[in-house]
Amino acid sequence: MGWKRTSRRELLKASAAVAGGFTLGDIAALQAQAHDHPPTPGSQNDHPMILGSKELTEYGQRSRYVTSVRIAHPIGGRPSPDAFGKQFHIATPLQDSVGVITPSSLHYVATTRGSYMPDIDPKLHTLTIHGLVDQPLTLTMDDLKRFPSVTRLHFIECAGNRHTPQQKTVQETHGMTSCAEWTGVPLSTLLKECGLKGGATWFVAEGAEEVKGASSMPITKAMDDCLIAYGMNGEALRPQNGFPVRLIPPGFEGIFHTKYLRRIKVVDRYYMNYNDFGHLRADPKELALSEQIGPKSVITYPSGGQQLPGRGFYEISGLAWSGGGAIRTVEVSTDGGKKWNLAELKTTPQRMAHVRFGYQWTWDGSATEILSRATDEIGQVQALREQIAQWWNVPVERNYRVPGLDNSIMPWKIAKDGSVTNGLA
Amino acid sequence: MGSLRLVTILLPTIVLLVGSPAFAQSPTYGVGRTPTAEEIRRMDISIGPTGEELPPGRGTAKEGAQVFEQKGCVACHGPAGLGGMAPELQSKKGQDVPIWKRERILPLRSPFATTVWDYIRRGMPAMNEGTLTANEVYSLTAYLLFLNKVIAEDEVLDQQSLPKVKMPIGDDYAKLHEWKPRTPRLEGYPY
Repeated sequence: MGWKRTSRRELLKASAAVAGGFTLGDIAALQAQAHDHPPTPGSQNDHPMILGSKELTEYGQRSRYVTSVRIAHPIGGRPSPDAFGKQFHIATPLQDSVGVITPSSLHYVATTRGSYMPDIDPKLHTLTIHGLVDQPLTLTMDDLKRFPSVTRLHFIECAGNRHTPQQKTVQETHGMTSCAEWTGVPLSTLLKECGLKGGATWFVAEGAEEVKGASSMPITKAMDDCLIAYGMNGEALRPQNGFPVRLIPPGFEGIFHTKYLRRIKVVDRYYMNYNDFGHLRADPKELALSEQIGPKSVITYPSGGQQLPGRGFYEISGLAWSGGGAIRTVEVSTDGGKKWNLAELKTTPQRMAHVRFGYQWTWDGSATEILSRATDEIGQVQALREQIAQWWNVPVERNYRVPGLDNSIMPWKIAKDGSVTNGLA
Repeated sequence: MGSLRLVTILLPTIVLLVGSPAFAQSPTYGVGRTPTAEEIRRMDISIGPTGEELPPGRGTAKEGAQVFEQKGCVACHGPAGLGGMAPELQSKKGQDVPIWKRERILPLRSPFATTVWDYIRRGMPAMNEGTLTANEVYSLTAYLLFLNKVIAEDEVLDQQSLPKVKMPIGDDYAKLHEWKPRTPRLEGYPY
């Protein structure tokens, strides 16, 4: 065997050298200089050429000129990775986003208390459903993929996605939301397969990471639209997003989207898991605002830290989403909220998914403030912080904390010199 | 051996005969397998408020103080749960202060002692999660509840007594309203 391999390799080397007129050494040298090799003078090629490589053949990568990356969230908070190699919170670069899909590499990441990513062999992973069911069920990943699948767009947003006067960019203010195409099996399919027993009112979803994060959710949510997702943006989930399988309860706060899903227990009451303890509130109104996400939108261009080159035409662009359903309308104001104009929806609004909006605007060069406001299909309207404070009957202070998830309107200030800054500052 | 083999032969037959037709809602796809009761018992680490899933075992605060030292809890949480890098575990405010004005410490504010037990077993000690014995978890739970003056130092926690521990919060916390699809997150809240 050994000599055969050697001889084949020798043969290949020889034939490559003959066919291409290069030795392997020449090719390596060419590859090394590919990026700074200038075009031949007089040729019609304006740019250096990227040499093909095994890596580019197998799994493509973006241009070296596209440098948009995620950052640890919040600024000045715990780093990711930390000194122990644990992941904490990582925010999506929304300022550079186009369309509604967040690339898997740029999807936001959050972990309950800082966590290592489990390196799960999908052949060994199982999902077990038990508790108040007629027949418990254990599924391998292969089993799971045999069930009828669905593919849907859904956003996930972290409860920590709050905007404050101290933040500078939209990545800092809103980067803890992302939207991906998820493929999997409806949880209702699996629960019907098991058969729900009387008294089944809640379920606990549990992950396989080291803390075995678990959350209680209503069984009505499970039967309505929860997805057991193994696919993300056309390929397998990434480890940071729960490989090989995670729960998607569309429109619920991020923490409910249990990653590395290994167990679902159907129960007859709220189980008050550690993750649920994080939602413990004195006020039932505030608690209700910490489950399903409200209507929300943000302008991603122009946004904090960006610079308008001068007066003239711009298309204001942004994202809108709601945990209550699809977005019905988005309005944009370019005069600090005096007049609201209907924005154009650039994509078909889908339930619990980002929609891209645009508004055509000619800037006259004067200082102003731009804002966006989303309304969803069940009539919930995104509000100014002042309106929310008024509803709660509290004064609006600079660092006013919106109860529940912060879905208040985000203002961006545009100065005469075209610089864009946080309107809350 | 003989009886074991008999079981091996008979079991699938029994499941086949009794299993499928017995259920009102028979499986549609028939994909996957039924886990054994023992498999479920081993993986079911969810301890609900009734404590029905608690394993046998027992422990007191005195024993828990020793476990807290032995298992290295002190390294992250500090001696007696104070002054470490990890979250503090002992309240510094008096019992006369209303619970919602006191610290957000699990073995103080949790409505159920079972949640404390559940989290210690599933989530601690960091890097060696899930390695504590039932007795060690009962002991640590007792110790942390004692540090927060929820139970007495000599109180024994076990399957029966743990779910009965009266937590200081009592019933003074919000319950989730019934969630319904396609409805606002909070009725009457326009935003």
